[in-house]
Amino acid sequence: MTIDALQTESPGVASGSRPAGVWATSVRNRGVVAGALFVLFIAAIGVLAPLLGTLDPAEINPAFRNKKPGMERTMRADDGTETRMVHRFGTDTLGRDVYSRTLYGARVSLLIGVTVAVISVFVGLVVGLIAGYVRWLDGFIMRIMDGLMAIPAILLAMGVVSLTRGAGLLAVIIAIVIPEIPRVVRLVRSIVLSIREEPYVEAAITVGTPTVLLLIRHVLPNTVAPLIVQGTFICASAILIEAILSFLGIGIPSETPTWGNIMAEGRSLFRVYPHNIFYPGVFLALTILAINMLGDGLRDALDPRFAKRL
Amino acid sequence: MRMSDRLPVLSIDGLSVRLPTGSDRLHAVDNIALSVGPGEIVCVVGESGSGKSVTAQAVMGLLPRELKADAGNILLEGENILGCSPMQLRRLRGKRMSMIFQEPMTALNPVMTVGSQIAEVLEIHTTLSERERRKRVLDMMSAVHLPEPSRLINAYPHQISGGQRQRIMIASALALDPALLIADEPTTALDVTTQAQILRLIREMQERRGTGVLFITHDFGVVAEIAHRVVVMQAGRVVESGTRDEILQRPKAAYTRMLLAAVPSLDAPDRAPKSGPVALATERLSKTYGLGLGMSHAVRAAENVDLMVRRGETVGIVGESGSGKSTVARCIVRLIQPTSGAIRIGDVDVAQLPESRLRTYRRHVQIVFQDPFRSLNPRRTVGASIIEGPVNFGLGRKQATDRARELMQLVGLPPEALSRYPHQFSGGQRQRIAIARALAMEPQLLIADEAVSALDVSVQAQVLKVLDDVRRRFDLAVLFITHDLRVASQICDRIAVMLRGVIVEQGPTADVFRNPRHEYTRALFDAAPGRMTQFGAFAVST
Amino acid sequence: MLGYILRRLAATIPVMLIVAVLVFLMLRLTPSDPAAIIAGDNANTEQVEDIRRRLGLDQPILTQFVIWMSEILRGNLGESFFFKKQVVELIADRIEPTLSLALFTILIAILVAVPLGTLAAYRHGTWIDRFVMGFSVLGFSVPVFVVGYLLIYVFAIELNWLPVQGYQRFSTGVGGWAQRLILPSLTLSVIYVALIARITRTSVLEVMNEDYIRAARAKGQTEGKVLVRHALANAAVPIVTVIGLGIALLIGGVVVTESVYTIPGLGRLTVDAVLARDYPTIQAVILLFSLVYVIINLLVDLAYTFFDPRIRY
Repeated sequence: MTIDALQTESPGVASGSRPAGVWATSVRNRGVVAGALFVLFIAAIGVLAPLLGTLDPAEINPAFRNKKPGMERTMRADDGTETRMVHRFGTDTLGRDVYSRTLYGARVSLLIGVTVAVISVFVGLVVGLIAGYVRWLDGFIMRIMDGLMAIPAILLAMGVVSLTRGAGLLAVIIAIVIPEIPRVVRLVRSIVLSIREEPYVEAAITVGTPTVLLLIRHVLPNTVAPLIVQGTFICASAILIEAILSFLGIGIPSETPTWGNIMAEGRSLFRVYPHNIFYPGVFLALTILAINMLGDGLRDALDPRFAKRL
Repeated sequence: MRMSDRLPVLSIDGLSVRLPTGSDRLHAVDNIALSVGPGEIVCVVGESGSGKSVTAQAVMGLLPRELKADAGNILLEGENILGCSPMQLRRLRGKRMSMIFQEPMTALNPVMTVGSQIAEVLEIHTTLSERERRKRVLDMMSAVHLPEPSRLINAYPHQISGGQRQRIMIASALALDPALLIADEPTTALDVTTQAQILRLIREMQERRGTGVLFITHDFGVVAEIAHRVVVMQAGRVVESGTRDEILQRPKAAYTRMLLAAVPSLDAPDRAPKSGPVALATERLSKTYGLGLGMSHAVRAAENVDLMVRRGETVGIVGESGSGKSTVARCIVRLIQPTSGAIRIGDVDVAQLPESRLRTYRRHVQIVFQDPFRSLNPRRTVGASIIEGPVNFGLGRKQATDRARELMQLVGLPPEALSRYPHQFSGGQRQRIAIARALAMEPQLLIADEAVSALDVSVQAQVLKVLDDVRRRFDLAVLFITHDLRVASQICDRIAVMLRGVIVEQGPTADVFRNPRHEYTRALFDAAPGRMTQFGAFAVST
Repeated sequence: MLGYILRRLAATIPVMLIVAVLVFLMLRLTPSDPAAIIAGDNANTEQVEDIRRRLGLDQPILTQFVIWMSEILRGNLGESFFFKKQVVELIADRIEPTLSLALFTILIAILVAVPLGTLAAYRHGTWIDRFVMGFSVLGFSVPVFVVGYLLIYVFAIELNWLPVQGYQRFSTGVGGWAQRLILPSLTLSVIYVALIARITRTSVLEVMNEDYIRAARAKGQTEGKVLVRHALANAAVPIVTVIGLGIALLIGGVVVTESVYTIPGLGRLTVDAVLARDYPTIQAVILLFSLVYVIINLLVDLAYTFFDPRIRY
């Protein structure tokens, strides 16, 4: 539901490009480097969350509800030792530490982003290759895809989520994957259709190359670069949709720390305690921004038609 | 060099245009000088990369942003264009100098009527009222011999033919009687019969109005038709300039001599008839498009085509765009399935064979395509492309590679080049590789579908020589598809002339060229530019 | 021309039919029992059976679909379990705020984005271009609700210029209506502006390389007219296409924005329906939004003939 709307408009058939040099160009692209570094940073935060001075993100503490950022607190452990800690991002209405929840939230977001991207690219690739190469199935597949695309992504995801009792991680992933698939299918199909017309593919047909080899050798390599780009955008889109679903209270159960859930928690008291929405919002926006920059940069590097212009 | 007695319309002196750093040379145009007198047509001729188009853009002040003129003067009626502000330039363009382009389709705005595109010039540079403008537009449209101007004035570019579009461009360019007209390959995208008409029109208009014309072309036939004086360019420099006859008949520079020698003659030599076994015979081969649902009318791309090619023989199919010549080629290699008729390869009719049974026959028929930049997979090495076919048919990788090395040598390329990628080769070299790939299959029949049309004339000559060598060496049957009569006359034993899907005339090349029987064939030959000129008569053939 | 319109109209029917089938199957394809899902966690067997009978869930699936479809075509979208009201009435009630919000947003977005994108393309490579591209990436990345709360915080809470939340009917006064729409529309238009500005820039850039642009300059045309009459006119088709496709984004955004600003529109209704598992309402809203989306894109297709004389079958 993000930039990929444009992406489908211009299937990046990089017929003039050459595999070597692509990574060199990517590294020279500032967007790619900055985006990748930030994504790595967020991933590190998610993985290392327990070591970064966090508390149990689900721990409810009625005594410390709605504290502003910077609030100090003394904790007494069972053995009587006391430790002092600061609620860097404040606490929410249940007294949970927003800093801890935000750091742990990175895990869910990235997990969903990557999983959704991988599944939709893989399924879309297979279906798209079939649609592009098996003529009698093409019409049928594409009508289904048209139908799926006619339902706005968030609505479709909401519809799917509503079918499961107490949506879990898996349900949310499926709900986000379904609307993404038709976009990948269309991209792959359009690449297949245009590559089929290339004289070098026709030459391969005339030297008797079997269809399966034709697909693997001449068609598939042309889908790799556009799919990497598309996958990046899907990843960003998935993180965004997950956050929206959680924010609306219909996503992952609210005790799981996700950025959307933290913000949903902060909605009612936003006027007094904006920090509940502010901190996870900044993390969410920066992460999606970084992934989109990475995608934009990769597209410039992988698709010479765009690269020439930018 | 003949100097005009009057002040030249255009005089270029010491012009250099710098290329962006990292290009293969420093200057696109390097210290060139040329001039165009009033009423004079000066042809700038050269191969691709010679800098002729950059020269034209520099004069119009329309150089791409990356290019900068860094030395010299361009004087338009004495006024230095390089010193003009954007505003001053705008006043000159369209009024005192104007330009027509290679592709009349892309040079016209597709969403504006052609009338308003001619009127645009008047709107910019005059204070005429809308009614007066309309009248002037209609007058201009009649002047360029467009039929029914009052109807065409409201047409959109896609609704009229290519020739008509170029007439519109000319009408718009000459609407304000500029002193200088720049024509950048204005007939290259047109069919030969249309080309002849447009050349005649340009000549007529400039004579009547006394316009000076800077005419950019790569085609010596066109030069012979239209030029008063000629400037030959190579790699950004002027190699030689002089009157048309000086350049065409008594060229001094070796480069000019080489170029002229490479222009094939229209005189078809007599050739002994070939008597080898028949490699290909088509009978009533037809391909009809649009018989499917929802199509209002069917297009007969090819109809009842009867062709026969013997081993060792080259048969040409000539025709203009849309004549169906490529459809026939694609049917024979079975990239498309013919609607009806037979294609006999040896004893087998392959016209309707299913893909599974086609495979054995595919190796007997190979094809070389027109576009050298798209006919090799850019991601695979040249070697991988050449051995793909033989390996498909069970040859070991090692043997296939050995054979590929031999073939590379045969087409005049070093065998080490097998491990390189296509982008490391020039257009002509890629066509050689495509020929090697076809030969690797040891075919009986080789189809060359406009295989030399995208190449510069000097490169063209080399690739044609390779084709002819391998034909002789492997006793190949060659089906040579082309729109270029000159090439056909030199390489084909027999030719078939196609018009709207039908073969209108067929016979030994020399006979057809000397005594064309069909009216269309005659029109085609009459339109061939430079048919009265014998190129390269001075040079010793190599 | 009429033939073209009819053909395009006919082409939308299968798409809508497939949407209907998908929406219908959605409930049937879940591994669990639809009647049990509808009845909720606290229902007993009898209640579940009752729902099953009432909805005809005991019938063969094809019969169910035919009945369901014919009811919808007759304008009967069923009764909401949660609101205890006819779904049609519910929707009619909620349409005004959503429509106002959407129209306001589209207007703002097009007026801002097209000139911005054109300027970026014309000043390609300069700071204006970088600014527009930067804004565009940012617009895609910052979630609607974050933008919403940011705007509320700045303009409603800190500066106190505009009301925080809520909606006022058009009939109670244009002033109040418009005043309460400003922030939500601005919020919603961010992503839409990003989308349209970007495609405008790309298409205009592409067109600027065409020969007819050079030809127009060779005529001595001014840069302004080259840009508008030649470049933008030819870039129009991809731009309106993306404006049409972007409606899907807009609809998604409406759902969120209405929640942020507590606007009682269709988006809010959707969220409430999903929270309450009110399936007749969910199905109706999905169908309705998809229909709107399909129809707008049909109109966009028809608009092509206006922008480009070549498209006329």
